[in-house]
Amino acid sequence: MSDIAWIESALVAARPRAVSALLRYFRDLDMAEEAFQDACLRALKSWPQNGPPRDPTAWLILVGRNAALDGARRASKLKPLPDDAQISDLDDIEAPLADRLDESHYRDDVLRLLFICCHPDLPNTQQIALALRVVSGLSVKQIARAFLVSEEAMEQRITRAKARVAKANVPFETPGAIERAERLAAVAAMIYLLFNEGYSAGEISARAQLCDEAIRLARLLLRLFPSEPEIMGLTALMLLQHARAPARFDANGEPILLEDQDRSRWDEKLIAEGLALIDKAMRRRQAGPYQIQAAIAALHARAKRPEETDWVEIDALYAALERLQPSPVVTLNRAVAVGKIRGPAAALDMIEPLAPRLSGYFHYFGARGAFLLQLDRKEEARAAFNQAIALAADATQAAAIRRHLDRLIRDTTSACHSRESGNPENLPVAGPAQPGFPLARE
Amino acid sequence: MLYAVLCYNDEDVVYSWSKEEDAAVMARLDVVHQRLRKEGKLGPTARLLPTTAATTLRSGANAPLVIDGPFAETKEQLLGFYVIDVANLEEALQVARDLAGAKTGSVYEVRPIALYLPDERTTKAS
Repeated sequence: MSDIAWIESALVAARPRAVSALLRYFRDLDMAEEAFQDACLRALKSWPQNGPPRDPTAWLILVGRNAALDGARRASKLKPLPDDAQISDLDDIEAPLADRLDESHYRDDVLRLLFICCHPDLPNTQQIALALRVVSGLSVKQIARAFLVSEEAMEQRITRAKARVAKANVPFETPGAIERAERLAAVAAMIYLLFNEGYSAGEISARAQLCDEAIRLARLLLRLFPSEPEIMGLTALMLLQHARAPARFDANGEPILLEDQDRSRWDEKLIAEGLALIDKAMRRRQAGPYQIQAAIAALHARAKRPEETDWVEIDALYAALERLQPSPVVTLNRAVAVGKIRGPAAALDMIEPLAPRLSGYFHYFGARGAFLLQLDRKEEARAAFNQAIALAADATQAAAIRRHLDRLIRDTTSACHSRESGNPENLPVAGPAQPGFPLARE
Repeated sequence: MLYAVLCYNDEDVVYSWSKEEDAAVMARLDVVHQRLRKEGKLGPTARLLPTTAATTLRSGANAPLVIDGPFAETKEQLLGFYVIDVANLEEALQVARDLAGAKTGSVYEVRPIALYLPDERTTKAS
């Protein structure tokens, strides 16, 4: 990796901690961002000549702060600070500074910065856009491309979001234990939302990098809060789901069901990390929704072939999730597992009572259609699939259902039973394969 | 003479690399690995999972203390390492407990291995 590439990686990596420390100092988001930007420009000039500092983050904070103060002094015609060359020569001051800025000092700063981005006044899409811009440092252009809007529209969205959080007055004092826990939960939800934005898109699309960003933020959070089992769970969940990315879509960009995926294409490295994290989280015996979902994803990841999937354990985990976070969507997912264990009739019984609450939910009708199809109730299956298509969020969702309908028509016209029609492998709702289920919003 | 070469880097930077960048670094390292292998100089090699996956066991006066996260203090020095093959973290921690029981005042960071390449040398150096 060339020097410049290394420096760029270091700047990206340092950004969340540096911007959040500068924010505590200036108490103004724009000023903190500008100071960081300034420090980055100086780093690009100074590091190739003087070599990278021992603690790039501490360097950037100090230089950013000085540069901003210098600017302010110059503006008010006060005595200027030493010039770049002197500021850049940080060998003597770096050591004590690095000591002071260990992880525990960054912890609340980074959490505050993330928490500001997920302020409840902001709609979900604005929360994510703001976090991507301010914390991850993605350009407005990159974010606009990911959300399929124009650069101008995204610029406006981010400006509006910033104005809103500026008025929100998030306190700068060190938070208490309860407040810290609340902030962590809000930030975790925002990170998972960000992940799902990327997950629902295909691997090739510009949105796919949102998954990488979400995982990066989760790893950062986990490093700052190493003993939070739900943050371990969230990170594990995203790693295990993201590991399937190379196998989730066919050449035409159409989703491949979990059971039809080529498992040799799953990313082993991500799976290993996800399994290690969920293993570690479970030791603490403080179950939470992210840990349970990660444990379910882990069971899928551990099954070398679909037939080896431990559906009994998955059913038990969904039952635990239902108790912890009752939601018709969770029950719908559980029904998929129940269908595998006790057959489609039992699954259908289970989802029947959900009808009033899920009457506008694509996956409900997809699952219903599949269970009916397995029971050979073709007319009802057709009706359910048609309803699903009407509710599909996009062309890919509709296409997946249409494939089932086509098969149905083929079956009825040829009057021979397709081997596939009774195959539970063809469920259009592959429960846990679709983590986009808005559990938190239910 | 056998040497252990320990690799350090900024995790934030390494995990900011894209898949392609990471693969490019691994490919460049592999050139060195291949040469060392050919020369019969390469013993077992391991790439560890990030410190977020680490658990640390510190032997205390009574029961050893298990802490989430990596070994962070600097007053102790790295004395050695084991590669163990166990079913899960619980079993790995039990191994660390057994070791701690035999040696007071020790700290054991238990870190899962992401990639392990066993020793392929035919004649072991001593």
